[in-house]
Amino acid sequence: MAERAAGRPVPGRPFSVRRIPGFAGIAAVSFVLLYAPIVTLVVYSFNAGDSIALWEGLSLRWFAAAWANEQVQEATVRSLVVAASASAIATAVSTMAALGTTRTAPFPGSMAIYALINQPLMVPEIVTAVALLIVFAMIKISTGYSGLGYLIAAHAAFCVPFAYLPIRARLEGMDLSYEVAAADLYATPWQTFRRITLPLLSPGIVAGAMLAFVISLDDVVITEFVKSAGQDTLPTYMLGQLRRAVTPEVNAISTALLAVTVVLLSAFFVLNRQRR
Amino acid sequence: MNRRLTGALSALALLALTGTAAAEGELNIYNWGNYTNPELIKKFEETYKVKVTITDYDSNSTALTKVKAGGHGFDIVVPSANYVPIFVQEGLLLETRPDKMENFKNVDPQWVDVPWDPGRHYTVPWQWGTTGIALNTSIYSGDPNTSAIFMDPPPELVGKVNVVPEMNDVIGLAIMYVGGEPCTEDKNVLRQVRDKLMAAKPKWQSMDYGMTEKMSNGDVMASVNWNGSTFRVRLKNPKVVYGYPKEGYVVWMDSVAVLKDAKNVENAKLFQNFIMDPENAALISAFARYANGVKGSEQYMPEDMKTAPEIVVPEKYKAAGKFLPTCSKAARDLYTAIWTELRK
Amino acid sequence: MAGPAAPALAPARTGETAARAARIRRNWLLATPALVLLLLAASGPLLVVVVYSVLEPGEYSGVVWELSGEGWFRVLFHRDIFDDTLSLADAHLTIFWRSASISLLTTAITLVLGFPTAYFIATRPPTQRMLWLFLVTIPFWTNLLIRTFAIMEVIRNEGILNSWAMKLGLIQAPIQILYTDTAVLIGMVYVYLPLMVLPLYAAMERLDFRLVEAAYDLYASRWRVLTRVIVPLVRPGIVAGSILVFIPSLGAYVTPRVLGGGKNMMISNLIELQFGEGRNWPLGAALSMTLLAFVMVALLVYVRNMSKVERRG
Repeated sequence: MAERAAGRPVPGRPFSVRRIPGFAGIAAVSFVLLYAPIVTLVVYSFNAGDSIALWEGLSLRWFAAAWANEQVQEATVRSLVVAASASAIATAVSTMAALGTTRTAPFPGSMAIYALINQPLMVPEIVTAVALLIVFAMIKISTGYSGLGYLIAAHAAFCVPFAYLPIRARLEGMDLSYEVAAADLYATPWQTFRRITLPLLSPGIVAGAMLAFVISLDDVVITEFVKSAGQDTLPTYMLGQLRRAVTPEVNAISTALLAVTVVLLSAFFVLNRQRR
Repeated sequence: MNRRLTGALSALALLALTGTAAAEGELNIYNWGNYTNPELIKKFEETYKVKVTITDYDSNSTALTKVKAGGHGFDIVVPSANYVPIFVQEGLLLETRPDKMENFKNVDPQWVDVPWDPGRHYTVPWQWGTTGIALNTSIYSGDPNTSAIFMDPPPELVGKVNVVPEMNDVIGLAIMYVGGEPCTEDKNVLRQVRDKLMAAKPKWQSMDYGMTEKMSNGDVMASVNWNGSTFRVRLKNPKVVYGYPKEGYVVWMDSVAVLKDAKNVENAKLFQNFIMDPENAALISAFARYANGVKGSEQYMPEDMKTAPEIVVPEKYKAAGKFLPTCSKAARDLYTAIWTELRK
Repeated sequence: MAGPAAPALAPARTGETAARAARIRRNWLLATPALVLLLLAASGPLLVVVVYSVLEPGEYSGVVWELSGEGWFRVLFHRDIFDDTLSLADAHLTIFWRSASISLLTTAITLVLGFPTAYFIATRPPTQRMLWLFLVTIPFWTNLLIRTFAIMEVIRNEGILNSWAMKLGLIQAPIQILYTDTAVLIGMVYVYLPLMVLPLYAAMERLDFRLVEAAYDLYASRWRVLTRVIVPLVRPGIVAGSILVFIPSLGAYVTPRVLGGGKNMMISNLIELQFGEGRNWPLGAALSMTLLAFVMVALLVYVRNMSKVERRG
């Protein structure tokens, strides 16, 4: 079939060279797979029964319950604070590291830097978690400080490769000529960076920061081992419930967060479009 | 806009870092997730003007590992009976002498001279319960009062049984099933235990928690389960019954202890005393649906708990209940080895 | 952060070597904050694990400071509890095999699903592409544990999948999916699909469709265009996506724990068991190192493939 179609004279080619039959169908399957659980989650957050699995009618009671549950609220805010701080730090250091390791000839130690940056990708969480528990406990005892700093540092560290990779990818595709031109026009190095490099790099930075944020938000194992008193995040709060029963409060919270995310992302998307 | 965003973020981070600074009075409780009644905490906070923070753990071993590592900031921990001696032996608990506290008179005498803390020098009862069998009678109408349900599943239940992944409960049940005593070091008995468990495992559906959900909605038809959880299942699914294995079932208790490196020792002691008050103890039970060890708390408990056969052990099954004593190191090592083999 | 881009661009006035030294210094300086963070909160503490793998287990947890090869020995060999006979630790081997095969299958399925999805997105009009990409990432703004619970809801006996299949007459009785390797596989494909789609998309977005056009002009069939033109061109994306999926799959913890029902462990769960109830930290540490070795092998394959691509390119 395809053979015959392709064999027709070129100018009147009756199909788009970009289309591959069946691909749209598989893409549809992917999207169904991605959204089926999310839809279930949203639906069950409106469940009247006190189960995450038995449907007992429509109700907003879990939204009310989550709103009234201080522990859930605090855990949610803490998750967001940790994710925001950790992704900000990870993105900042990754941007610098990417500037230092991309668009440059290999130099002594460049492979070592690259390996170290990607190391968190390679080590299973539980191993890092136990190692961090031991080392951080020593620091906590000797300094007496046991605040959120440890969690943020741990999260920032394992977010580095996720922030670094998109930034590096963006940098690799960027032409040096703009920067050279700016330098030729007597721009100071800082001006060149601020006015040329950074704006060009920003899609990579945004992608990296978003990825880091999401990765931090997901973490259970490392957080469970690093957290001190009163430092439950949403995931560790849920992990604690696993042994008994998970209540739909977390469904309600997730639905609310999801709604906020969708609104923010849509706003971002619309604004971006208008600017273009 | 970017700069403002970064500014806002760092302000947020600063806030988070300083947010933990000490308030007037504080208490940090490290407890099983979804196990602490918020009303109880609120009452304690209002009575003593103390800010209580609850942090969750999901297993005794996580709690032990974290407390042992140090620098955690917790004041109170609620380990299971068999973990209390480990905490004591490792020097992690403070001897708060609850037996000399004002409300100690309320503790039911049967919970005073307990093997894991004779005379109650360290710990105060939190909740106690039993580990037995939960069975959905719609699929199998035989006797639920036997460990054979999971050790030797009847054909109807093959592939539909769950076993909660709690080492001491499961090994304890299995030892009693083959006719041994809990904590036995008898290798013949233990070999039988291992071989029986290994032979039964392929007939199990899973080794998982969360049976309150999964038995209510019929994902799991039978399970080694706790009484309070099964009680909550029955309220949703009346076909589910709780069985007290006649070969012997496990009685357990979680106890409240104060950590040696606690920063708020006085508040922690106040809390220990506080929960020995019958009215407060009833609040604990009303939330997680297990009995507590405090006399006179029954009158404050929810109506449905006062008569539930899962909570109030029927007279004829009482004799088969066994408290798991704290076993010797040799026995513990063997149990761990069997358990690891089984989990794999 | 003073002028990161500049020194490298400055003409080498003081000679080639001095410029080179300055460039190296600048690169290292730029990488320093990231390296410090990683050494403090990721790589450095890992040395503890290396050391622990050759010590004696402590009585309740932790270690005793005495050298011992037992931890490593037990990765591969099993000593019977009762009669001390030695055998190959087939339980460990089973778990390694399960982890490796589930991870490979996850990679393969995400590739089969992700390739057309990425292609579909890359061939939308430029203004729409961002929207589609957002659609891929939105589910990921929800916590992993919550999503895994949601999957459980879809695949359980009376879940959406089974009840629809029964309504449509495809099956008579519910199929047991939950608590099987299939459940774990479904969960992992779901979790890691975006990690496959994103790098593939990045590669396809740069795809020069004039080459595709040219191939059609030369009477290539669609299949040949796909396998001989498109796939080779986006190969770096395929390799990057596969690595990004395969490595985290090997170390997956939450998905097998929730969907596998505790009977079907993967390496991470086995490691956790040793650090937790098993109370054998040296064995846990040695198992961690073993997993790390697996990952290294996967990365070596990656590096070799990449260098092949670069040589060709």
